[in-house]
Amino acid sequence: MSKAIHLPLADNFEPRIVAFFCNWCTYTASDLAGISRMTYAPNTRVIRVMCSGRIEPQLLLAALREGADGVLIGGCHPGDCHYQAGNYKCLRRFKLLKKYLDQMGIEPQRVRLEWIAASEGDKVQKVTNEMTEQIRKLGPLKLTAIPKPPSHHQADQAPVCQGAVS
Amino acid sequence: MSKPKAGFYWCASCGGCEESVVDLAEDLLPVVDAIDFVFFPLAMDFKRQDVEALADGEITVCFINGAIRSSEQLGMAELLRRKSKILIAYGSCAHQGGIPGLANLYDLESILETAFQQTPSTDNPGKTRPLPQITVAGGKLTLPTLDESVKSLDQVVEVDYYLPGCPPPVALLKAAVQAILSGNLPPRGTVLAPDKALCKECPRLDSKPDELLITQFKRPHEIEIDQQKCLLAQGLLCLGPATRSGCQAACIAGNMPCTGCLGPTSRTRDQGAAAMGALGSLIESTEEDQIASALENLPDPAGTFFRYSVPTSMMFRKHQNA
Repeated sequence: MSKAIHLPLADNFEPRIVAFFCNWCTYTASDLAGISRMTYAPNTRVIRVMCSGRIEPQLLLAALREGADGVLIGGCHPGDCHYQAGNYKCLRRFKLLKKYLDQMGIEPQRVRLEWIAASEGDKVQKVTNEMTEQIRKLGPLKLTAIPKPPSHHQADQAPVCQGAVS
Repeated sequence: MSKPKAGFYWCASCGGCEESVVDLAEDLLPVVDAIDFVFFPLAMDFKRQDVEALADGEITVCFINGAIRSSEQLGMAELLRRKSKILIAYGSCAHQGGIPGLANLYDLESILETAFQQTPSTDNPGKTRPLPQITVAGGKLTLPTLDESVKSLDQVVEVDYYLPGCPPPVALLKAAVQAILSGNLPPRGTVLAPDKALCKECPRLDSKPDELLITQFKRPHEIEIDQQKCLLAQGLLCLGPATRSGCQAACIAGNMPCTGCLGPTSRTRDQGAAAMGALGSLIESTEEDQIASALENLPDPAGTFFRYSVPTSMMFRKHQNA
Protein backbone atom coordinates (compact mmCIF):
# COMPACT_ATOMS: atom_id res chain seq x y z
CA MET A 1 0.00 0.00 0.00
CA SER A 2 2.67 2.48 1.05
CA LYS A 3 4.66 1.51 -2.02
CA ALA A 4 1.81 2.56 -4.29
CA ILE A 5 1.60 5.95 -2.60
CA HIS A 6 5.24 6.69 -3.31
CA LEU A 7 5.12 5.81 -6.97
CA PRO A 8 5.34 8.96 -9.08
CA LEU A 9 2.25 9.78 -11.04
CA ALA A 10 2.38 9.22 -14.77
CA ASP A 11 2.25 12.94 -15.52
CA ASN A 12 4.80 13.67 -12.85
CA PHE A 13 7.76 11.87 -14.34
CA GLU A 14 11.04 12.19 -12.49
CA PRO A 15 13.98 10.97 -14.55
CA ARG A 16 16.25 8.36 -13.01
CA ILE A 17 19.81 8.88 -14.14
CA VAL A 18 22.71 6.64 -13.23
CA ALA A 19 25.98 8.58 -13.18
CA PHE A 20 29.32 6.79 -13.26
CA PHE A 21 31.93 9.26 -12.02
CA CYS A 22 35.65 8.56 -11.94
CA ASN A 23 37.31 8.72 -8.57
CA TRP A 24 40.04 11.18 -9.51
CA CYS A 25 38.23 13.91 -11.40
CA THR A 26 34.47 13.91 -11.74
CA TYR A 27 33.62 12.35 -8.39
CA THR A 28 35.92 14.83 -6.70
CA ALA A 29 34.21 17.58 -8.67
CA SER A 30 30.79 16.43 -7.49
CA ASP A 31 32.17 16.48 -3.94
CA LEU A 32 33.35 20.00 -4.55
CA ALA A 33 29.90 20.97 -5.83
CA GLY A 34 28.46 19.63 -2.59
CA ILE A 35 31.02 21.35 -0.36
CA SER A 36 30.41 24.58 -2.27
CA ARG A 37 26.69 24.19 -1.56
CA MET A 38 25.74 24.26 -5.20
CA THR A 39 22.26 22.93 -5.77
CA TYR A 40 21.42 20.69 -8.68
CA ALA A 41 18.75 18.22 -9.75
CA PRO A 42 18.55 15.26 -7.39
CA ASN A 43 17.83 12.81 -10.22
CA THR A 44 21.27 11.29 -10.58
CA ARG A 45 22.39 8.25 -8.64
CA VAL A 46 26.16 8.62 -8.57
CA ILE A 47 28.32 5.52 -8.65
CA ARG A 48 31.99 6.11 -8.00
CA VAL A 49 34.37 4.07 -10.12
CA MET A 50 38.13 4.25 -10.08
CA CYS A 51 38.36 5.30 -13.72
CA SER A 52 36.05 6.00 -16.63
CA GLY A 53 38.04 3.26 -18.36
CA ARG A 54 36.29 0.90 -15.97
CA ILE A 55 32.91 1.64 -17.56
CA GLU A 56 32.36 -1.15 -19.97
CA PRO A 57 29.26 -1.31 -22.17
CA GLN A 58 27.72 -4.01 -19.99
CA LEU A 59 27.48 -1.60 -17.05
CA LEU A 60 25.77 1.10 -19.05
CA LEU A 61 23.34 -1.35 -20.66
CA ALA A 62 22.65 -2.94 -17.27
CA ALA A 63 21.71 0.47 -15.88
CA LEU A 64 19.22 1.01 -18.71
CA ARG A 65 17.88 -2.52 -18.35
CA GLU A 66 17.44 -2.16 -14.59
CA GLY A 67 15.35 0.98 -14.91
CA ALA A 68 17.55 4.01 -15.55
CA ASP A 69 16.13 6.51 -18.03
CA GLY A 70 19.59 7.83 -18.83
CA VAL A 71 23.26 7.24 -18.06
CA LEU A 72 25.91 9.88 -17.50
CA ILE A 73 29.62 9.10 -17.49
CA GLY A 74 32.13 11.56 -16.08
CA GLY A 75 35.88 11.20 -16.51
CA CYS A 76 39.09 13.20 -16.52
CA HIS A 77 39.86 15.53 -19.40
CA PRO A 78 41.95 14.05 -22.25
CA GLY A 79 45.56 13.88 -21.13
CA ASP A 80 44.61 14.00 -17.44
CA CYS A 81 43.70 10.36 -16.75
CA HIS A 82 45.20 9.14 -13.49
CA TYR A 83 45.94 5.87 -15.29
CA GLN A 84 47.18 7.56 -18.49
CA ALA A 85 44.72 6.08 -21.00
CA GLY A 86 41.53 5.03 -19.19
CA ASN A 87 39.46 7.95 -20.44
CA TYR A 88 40.53 7.30 -24.03
CA LYS A 89 39.40 3.70 -23.71
CA CYS A 90 36.13 4.97 -22.34
CA LEU A 91 35.75 7.38 -25.24
CA ARG A 92 36.36 4.67 -27.87
CA ARG A 93 33.88 2.29 -26.29
CA PHE A 94 31.37 5.07 -25.84
CA LYS A 95 31.50 6.00 -29.53
CA LEU A 96 30.92 2.38 -30.50
CA LEU A 97 28.20 1.93 -27.91
CA LYS A 98 26.34 5.01 -29.16
CA LYS A 99 26.31 3.52 -32.63
CA TYR A 100 24.85 0.33 -31.21
CA LEU A 101 22.24 2.15 -29.11
CA ASP A 102 21.16 4.06 -32.19
CA GLN A 103 20.52 0.76 -33.96
CA MET A 104 18.57 -0.44 -30.95
CA GLY A 105 16.24 2.55 -31.09
CA ILE A 106 17.51 4.27 -27.94
CA GLU A 107 17.60 8.06 -28.22
CA PRO A 108 21.25 9.23 -28.27
CA GLN A 109 20.54 11.93 -25.66
CA ARG A 110 19.91 9.26 -23.03
CA VAL A 111 23.61 8.59 -22.67
CA ARG A 112 26.23 11.28 -22.22
CA LEU A 113 29.98 11.34 -21.67
CA GLU A 114 31.56 14.43 -20.14
CA TRP A 115 35.08 15.28 -19.10
CA ILE A 116 34.86 17.06 -15.75
CA ALA A 117 38.02 17.96 -13.83
CA ALA A 118 38.26 17.88 -10.03
CA SER A 119 38.02 21.67 -9.90
CA GLU A 120 34.88 21.88 -12.04
CA GLY A 121 32.11 21.57 -9.47
CA ASP A 122 30.06 24.02 -11.48
CA LYS A 123 30.28 21.76 -14.52
CA VAL A 124 28.82 18.87 -12.52
CA GLN A 125 25.95 21.14 -11.60
CA LYS A 126 25.42 22.31 -15.19
CA VAL A 127 25.70 18.87 -16.83
CA THR A 128 23.48 17.17 -14.25
CA ASN A 129 20.78 19.81 -14.62
CA GLU A 130 20.96 19.74 -18.41
CA MET A 131 20.78 15.99 -18.55
CA THR A 132 17.84 15.84 -16.14
CA GLU A 133 15.89 18.28 -18.29
CA GLN A 134 16.84 16.44 -21.45
CA ILE A 135 15.59 13.11 -20.07
CA ARG A 136 12.49 14.76 -18.69
CA LYS A 137 11.65 15.85 -22.23
CA LEU A 138 12.32 12.37 -23.61
CA GLY A 139 10.17 10.71 -20.97
CA PRO A 140 10.70 7.36 -19.27
CA LEU A 141 12.63 4.61 -21.03
CA LYS A 142 10.41 1.59 -21.02
CA LEU A 143 12.39 -1.29 -22.43
CA THR A 144 10.53 -4.42 -23.47
CA ALA A 145 10.76 -6.86 -20.57
CA ILE A 146 13.02 -9.87 -21.11
CA PRO A 147 10.70 -12.91 -21.14
CA LYS A 148 11.09 -15.45 -18.38
CA PRO A 149 9.71 -18.99 -18.45
CA PRO A 150 7.09 -20.03 -15.90
CA SER A 151 9.43 -21.92 -13.64
CA HIS A 152 10.62 -23.36 -10.40
CA HIS A 153 14.21 -23.03 -11.52
CA GLN A 154 16.14 -20.30 -13.30
CA ALA A 155 19.05 -20.87 -15.61
CA ASP A 156 22.34 -19.64 -14.21
CA GLN A 157 22.96 -16.06 -15.02
CA ALA A 158 26.24 -14.41 -14.23
CA PRO A 159 26.08 -11.11 -12.35
CA VAL A 160 26.20 -8.21 -14.75
CA CYS A 161 29.31 -6.51 -13.45
CA GLN A 162 31.85 -9.32 -13.44
CA GLY A 163 34.73 -9.52 -15.90
CA ALA A 164 33.78 -8.82 -19.47
CA VAL A 165 36.54 -10.91 -20.91
CA SER A 166 38.07 -13.96 -19.35
CA MET B 1 16.06 -52.69 -18.88
CA SER B 2 14.54 -50.45 -21.49
CA LYS B 3 16.77 -47.97 -23.23
CA PRO B 4 16.62 -44.27 -22.34
CA LYS B 5 14.34 -42.35 -24.68
CA ALA B 6 15.54 -39.32 -26.61
CA GLY B 7 13.97 -36.59 -28.71
CA PHE B 8 15.43 -34.14 -31.19
CA TYR B 9 13.32 -31.24 -32.36
CA TRP B 10 13.75 -28.02 -34.30
CA CYS B 11 12.12 -24.63 -33.97
CA ALA B 12 13.31 -21.46 -35.77
CA SER B 13 16.52 -22.91 -37.17
CA CYS B 14 18.23 -23.86 -40.42
CA GLY B 15 18.68 -27.63 -40.03
CA GLY B 16 22.40 -27.36 -39.41
CA CYS B 17 21.97 -28.64 -35.87
CA GLU B 18 20.46 -31.87 -37.21
CA GLU B 19 23.39 -32.05 -39.58
CA SER B 20 25.78 -31.89 -36.65
CA VAL B 21 24.28 -35.15 -35.35
CA VAL B 22 25.22 -36.80 -38.63
CA ASP B 23 28.70 -35.34 -38.16
CA LEU B 24 29.15 -37.78 -35.30
CA ALA B 25 29.82 -40.24 -38.16
CA GLU B 26 30.57 -43.76 -36.87
CA ASP B 27 30.25 -42.48 -33.30
CA LEU B 28 26.55 -42.17 -33.99
CA LEU B 29 26.18 -45.97 -34.07
CA PRO B 30 26.80 -46.65 -30.34
CA VAL B 31 24.49 -43.72 -29.54
CA VAL B 32 21.68 -45.18 -31.63
CA ASP B 33 22.31 -48.54 -29.90
CA ALA B 34 22.15 -47.00 -26.45
CA ILE B 35 19.03 -44.88 -26.82
CA ASP B 36 15.60 -45.02 -28.41
CA PHE B 37 14.60 -42.02 -30.45
CA VAL B 38 10.95 -41.36 -29.73
CA PHE B 39 10.78 -38.07 -31.67
CA PHE B 40 13.09 -36.85 -34.42
CA PRO B 41 11.03 -35.30 -37.23
CA LEU B 42 13.97 -34.78 -39.57
CA ALA B 43 15.08 -38.40 -39.55
CA MET B 44 12.11 -40.52 -38.51
CA ASP B 45 8.37 -40.46 -38.90
CA PHE B 46 6.87 -39.30 -35.63
CA LYS B 47 3.98 -36.94 -35.11
CA ARG B 48 2.98 -34.61 -32.33
CA GLN B 49 0.41 -37.19 -31.14
CA ASP B 50 3.23 -39.68 -30.53
CA VAL B 51 4.78 -37.22 -28.07
CA GLU B 52 1.43 -36.42 -26.49
CA ALA B 53 0.89 -40.15 -25.89
CA LEU B 54 4.04 -40.35 -23.74
CA ALA B 55 3.87 -39.94 -19.97
CA ASP B 56 5.24 -36.73 -18.45
CA GLY B 57 8.99 -37.07 -17.97
CA GLU B 58 9.14 -40.24 -20.06
CA ILE B 59 11.71 -38.81 -22.47
CA THR B 60 15.09 -39.02 -20.74
CA VAL B 61 16.70 -36.31 -22.80
CA CYS B 62 15.36 -33.98 -25.44
CA PHE B 63 17.47 -31.73 -27.62
CA ILE B 64 15.71 -28.68 -29.00
CA ASN B 65 17.40 -26.45 -31.52
CA GLY B 66 16.15 -23.20 -32.97
CA ALA B 67 14.76 -20.01 -31.52
CA ILE B 68 11.12 -19.48 -30.56
CA ARG B 69 8.87 -17.14 -32.47
CA SER B 70 5.71 -18.91 -33.60
CA SER B 71 2.87 -20.25 -31.49
CA GLU B 72 3.64 -23.70 -32.87
CA GLN B 73 7.26 -23.55 -31.69
CA LEU B 74 6.14 -22.37 -28.27
CA GLY B 75 3.58 -25.18 -28.01
CA MET B 76 6.11 -27.83 -29.01
CA ALA B 77 8.70 -26.46 -26.58
CA GLU B 78 6.15 -26.59 -23.75
CA LEU B 79 5.02 -30.09 -24.69
CA LEU B 80 8.56 -31.45 -24.94
CA ARG B 81 9.53 -29.75 -21.69
CA ARG B 82 6.70 -31.53 -19.94
CA LYS B 83 7.58 -34.90 -21.43
CA SER B 84 11.34 -34.66 -20.83
CA LYS B 85 13.50 -35.20 -17.77
CA ILE B 86 16.43 -33.33 -19.28
CA LEU B 87 15.88 -30.56 -21.79
CA ILE B 88 18.90 -29.34 -23.71
CA ALA B 89 19.01 -26.09 -25.67
CA TYR B 90 20.98 -27.25 -28.67
CA GLY B 91 22.86 -24.75 -30.80
CA SER B 92 23.12 -20.97 -30.89
CA CYS B 93 19.47 -20.29 -31.74
CA ALA B 94 18.02 -22.23 -28.81
CA HIS B 95 20.84 -20.99 -26.57
CA GLN B 96 20.83 -17.28 -27.41
CA GLY B 97 18.34 -16.67 -30.21
CA GLY B 98 20.94 -17.09 -32.92
CA ILE B 99 20.60 -15.75 -36.46
CA PRO B 100 16.77 -15.75 -36.32
CA GLY B 101 17.15 -13.54 -33.25
CA LEU B 102 18.48 -10.75 -35.47
CA ALA B 103 14.83 -10.24 -36.41
CA ASN B 104 14.51 -8.50 -33.05
CA LEU B 105 16.24 -5.53 -34.70
CA TYR B 106 12.95 -4.94 -36.57
CA ASP B 107 9.32 -4.88 -35.62
CA LEU B 108 7.04 -7.67 -36.75
CA GLU B 109 4.95 -5.46 -39.02
CA SER B 110 7.94 -4.27 -41.05
CA ILE B 111 9.17 -7.86 -41.40
CA LEU B 112 5.81 -9.01 -42.73
CA GLU B 113 5.60 -6.01 -45.03
CA THR B 114 9.03 -6.75 -46.46
CA ALA B 115 8.39 -10.46 -46.82
CA PHE B 116 4.93 -10.27 -48.35
CA GLN B 117 4.91 -6.93 -50.13
CA GLN B 118 8.24 -5.28 -50.75
CA THR B 119 10.80 -7.80 -51.94
CA PRO B 120 11.56 -7.30 -55.66
CA SER B 121 10.33 -10.78 -56.53
CA THR B 122 7.00 -10.36 -54.76
CA ASP B 123 3.89 -9.81 -56.84
CA ASN B 124 1.13 -9.18 -54.34
CA PRO B 125 -1.09 -6.29 -55.44
CA GLY B 126 -3.88 -7.39 -53.10
CA LYS B 127 -1.43 -7.17 -50.15
CA THR B 128 -2.45 -10.66 -49.10
CA ARG B 129 -0.98 -11.81 -45.82
CA PRO B 130 -1.07 -15.23 -44.18
CA LEU B 131 -3.96 -15.44 -41.74
CA PRO B 132 -4.02 -17.53 -38.56
CA GLN B 133 -7.15 -19.20 -39.87
CA ILE B 134 -9.35 -19.25 -42.89
CA THR B 135 -12.43 -21.18 -43.85
CA VAL B 136 -12.30 -22.74 -47.30
CA ALA B 137 -14.49 -25.20 -49.14
CA GLY B 138 -12.92 -28.22 -47.46
CA GLY B 139 -13.05 -26.83 -43.92
CA LYS B 140 -11.04 -24.57 -41.64
CA LEU B 141 -7.31 -24.12 -42.24
CA THR B 142 -4.99 -22.75 -39.56
CA LEU B 143 -1.46 -21.38 -39.39
CA PRO B 144 0.69 -20.63 -36.34
CA THR B 145 0.85 -16.99 -35.27
CA LEU B 146 4.06 -15.01 -34.90
CA ASP B 147 5.10 -13.29 -31.71
CA GLU B 148 6.41 -9.71 -31.80
CA SER B 149 9.87 -10.92 -30.72
CA VAL B 150 12.16 -13.90 -31.22
CA LYS B 151 13.11 -15.66 -27.99
CA SER B 152 15.73 -18.10 -26.84
CA LEU B 153 14.46 -21.47 -25.61
CA ASP B 154 15.12 -20.62 -21.95
CA GLN B 155 12.95 -17.52 -22.25
CA VAL B 156 9.87 -19.70 -22.79
CA VAL B 157 10.59 -22.96 -20.95
CA GLU B 158 13.07 -24.13 -18.35
CA VAL B 159 16.26 -25.44 -19.86
CA ASP B 160 18.51 -27.89 -18.03
CA TYR B 161 21.66 -27.67 -20.15
CA TYR B 162 23.00 -25.74 -23.09
CA LEU B 163 25.04 -27.11 -25.97
CA PRO B 164 26.28 -23.97 -27.71
CA GLY B 165 27.57 -23.40 -31.23
CA CYS B 166 26.38 -22.91 -34.76
CA PRO B 167 26.16 -25.86 -34.98
CA PRO B 168 27.50 -27.36 -31.73
CA PRO B 169 30.96 -28.86 -32.28
CA VAL B 170 30.92 -32.66 -32.56
CA ALA B 171 33.33 -33.08 -29.65
CA LEU B 172 30.93 -31.21 -27.35
CA LEU B 173 27.95 -33.28 -28.50
CA LYS B 174 29.91 -36.48 -27.96
CA ALA B 175 30.96 -35.45 -24.46
CA ALA B 176 27.39 -34.42 -23.63
CA VAL B 177 25.91 -37.73 -24.79
CA GLN B 178 28.49 -39.63 -22.75
CA ALA B 179 27.73 -37.52 -19.70
CA ILE B 180 24.00 -38.14 -20.07
CA LEU B 181 24.38 -41.90 -20.61
CA SER B 182 26.70 -42.21 -17.62
CA GLY B 183 24.53 -39.95 -15.48
CA ASN B 184 27.60 -37.88 -14.74
CA LEU B 185 26.07 -34.46 -15.31
CA PRO B 186 27.14 -31.04 -13.99
CA PRO B 187 24.69 -28.75 -12.11
CA ARG B 188 21.57 -27.71 -14.00
CA GLY B 189 21.92 -24.63 -16.11
CA THR B 190 25.48 -25.44 -17.14
CA VAL B 191 26.70 -24.71 -20.64
CA LEU B 192 28.29 -27.98 -21.74
CA ALA B 193 31.51 -26.45 -23.09
CA PRO B 194 34.82 -25.25 -21.63
CA ASP B 195 34.42 -22.07 -19.55
CA LYS B 196 37.25 -20.00 -20.98
CA ALA B 197 37.60 -17.58 -23.86
CA LEU B 198 38.41 -18.81 -27.35
CA CYS B 199 41.71 -16.88 -27.41
CA LYS B 200 42.99 -19.27 -24.72
CA GLU B 201 42.78 -22.24 -27.11
CA CYS B 202 43.58 -20.33 -30.29
CA PRO B 203 46.60 -21.68 -32.16
CA ARG B 204 47.52 -18.10 -33.06
CA LEU B 205 47.59 -16.89 -29.45
CA ASP B 206 51.37 -16.50 -29.47
CA SER B 207 51.16 -14.00 -32.31
CA LYS B 208 48.73 -11.79 -30.38
CA PRO B 209 50.71 -8.68 -29.49
CA ASP B 210 50.88 -7.63 -25.81
CA GLU B 211 49.49 -4.28 -26.72
CA LEU B 212 46.89 -4.73 -29.40
CA LEU B 213 45.86 -1.61 -31.30
CA ILE B 214 43.68 -1.28 -34.36
CA THR B 215 43.90 1.74 -36.67
CA GLN B 216 41.13 0.62 -38.96
CA PHE B 217 38.78 -2.31 -38.78
CA LYS B 218 39.08 -4.50 -41.85
CA ARG B 219 36.64 -6.89 -43.39
CA PRO B 220 37.89 -10.30 -44.52
CA HIS B 221 37.51 -9.61 -48.26
CA GLU B 222 39.51 -6.38 -48.05
CA ILE B 223 42.88 -7.87 -47.16
CA GLU B 224 45.04 -10.88 -47.81
CA ILE B 225 44.83 -12.62 -44.47
CA ASP B 226 48.06 -13.92 -42.94
CA GLN B 227 47.40 -17.56 -42.03
CA GLN B 228 49.59 -17.58 -38.93
CA LYS B 229 49.04 -14.20 -37.32
CA CYS B 230 46.38 -13.23 -34.75
CA LEU B 231 43.39 -11.96 -36.73
CA LEU B 232 42.80 -9.04 -34.38
CA ALA B 233 46.39 -7.95 -34.96
CA GLN B 234 45.48 -7.84 -38.66
CA GLY B 235 42.58 -5.51 -37.95
CA LEU B 236 39.88 -8.13 -38.40
CA LEU B 237 37.00 -8.21 -35.96
CA CYS B 238 37.56 -11.53 -34.23
CA LEU B 239 35.22 -12.13 -31.29
CA GLY B 240 37.59 -14.67 -29.71
CA PRO B 241 38.23 -12.54 -26.60
CA ALA B 242 34.50 -12.49 -25.70
CA THR B 243 33.46 -15.96 -26.88
CA ARG B 244 33.48 -19.30 -25.13
CA SER B 245 35.95 -21.88 -26.40
CA GLY B 246 35.09 -25.46 -27.32
CA CYS B 247 35.17 -25.30 -31.12
CA GLN B 248 38.92 -25.83 -31.34
CA ALA B 249 39.05 -22.51 -33.18
CA ALA B 250 37.46 -24.03 -36.27
CA CYS B 251 36.80 -20.72 -38.05
CA ILE B 252 40.29 -19.44 -37.31
CA ALA B 253 41.68 -22.68 -38.75
CA GLY B 254 39.75 -21.72 -41.88
CA ASN B 255 41.42 -18.30 -41.72
CA MET B 256 38.19 -16.54 -40.79
CA PRO B 257 37.56 -14.50 -37.64
CA CYS B 258 35.38 -15.82 -34.82
CA THR B 259 31.80 -14.56 -35.05
CA GLY B 260 30.89 -15.58 -31.51
CA CYS B 261 28.53 -18.54 -31.99
CA LEU B 262 29.43 -20.33 -28.74
CA GLY B 263 28.21 -17.40 -26.67
CA PRO B 264 29.84 -15.88 -23.60
CA THR B 265 31.62 -17.58 -20.73
CA SER B 266 29.72 -17.97 -17.44
CA ARG B 267 31.29 -14.77 -16.13
CA THR B 268 29.71 -12.56 -18.77
CA ARG B 269 26.08 -11.51 -18.89
CA ASP B 270 26.02 -9.89 -22.32
CA GLN B 271 28.39 -11.24 -24.93
CA GLY B 272 27.95 -8.47 -27.48
CA ALA B 273 28.45 -5.72 -24.92
CA ALA B 274 31.54 -7.46 -23.61
CA ALA B 275 32.89 -7.77 -27.15
CA MET B 276 32.21 -4.08 -27.82
CA GLY B 277 34.07 -3.22 -24.64
CA ALA B 278 37.02 -5.43 -25.47
CA LEU B 279 37.40 -4.55 -29.14
CA GLY B 280 36.20 -0.95 -29.03
CA SER B 281 38.98 0.03 -26.68
CA LEU B 282 41.61 -1.24 -29.13
CA ILE B 283 41.10 1.64 -31.56
CA GLU B 284 44.45 3.36 -31.93
CA SER B 285 43.48 6.97 -31.49
CA THR B 286 42.78 9.54 -28.84
CA GLU B 287 40.96 11.92 -31.17
CA GLU B 288 37.19 11.87 -31.52
CA ASP B 289 37.14 12.27 -35.30
CA GLN B 290 39.77 9.57 -35.85
CA ILE B 291 37.83 7.20 -33.60
CA ALA B 292 34.71 7.95 -35.59
CA SER B 293 36.47 7.23 -38.87
CA ALA B 294 37.90 3.97 -37.48
CA LEU B 295 34.33 2.99 -36.68
CA GLU B 296 33.12 3.80 -40.18
CA ASN B 297 34.11 0.34 -41.36
CA LEU B 298 31.93 -1.07 -38.63
CA PRO B 299 28.50 -0.07 -39.89
CA ASP B 300 26.48 -2.68 -38.01
CA PRO B 301 27.60 -3.16 -34.38
CA ALA B 302 24.33 -4.91 -33.44
CA GLY B 303 24.68 -7.48 -36.21
CA THR B 304 28.42 -7.86 -35.69
CA PHE B 305 28.78 -8.16 -31.93
CA PHE B 306 25.33 -9.62 -31.27
CA ARG B 307 25.14 -11.86 -34.31
CA TYR B 308 23.85 -14.81 -32.27
CA SER B 309 22.64 -13.11 -29.12
CA VAL B 310 20.17 -10.28 -29.68
CA PRO B 311 17.33 -11.97 -27.71
CA THR B 312 19.55 -12.84 -24.73
CA SER B 313 21.34 -9.49 -24.76
CA MET B 314 20.40 -6.89 -22.18
CA MET B 315 18.44 -4.95 -24.78
CA PHE B 316 16.51 -8.10 -25.86
CA ARG B 317 15.16 -6.33 -28.94
CA LYS B 318 15.06 -3.00 -30.69
CA HIS B 319 13.39 -0.50 -28.41
CA GLN B 320 9.76 0.15 -29.22
CA ASN B 321 8.34 3.38 -27.93
CA ALA B 322 5.13 2.48 -26.23
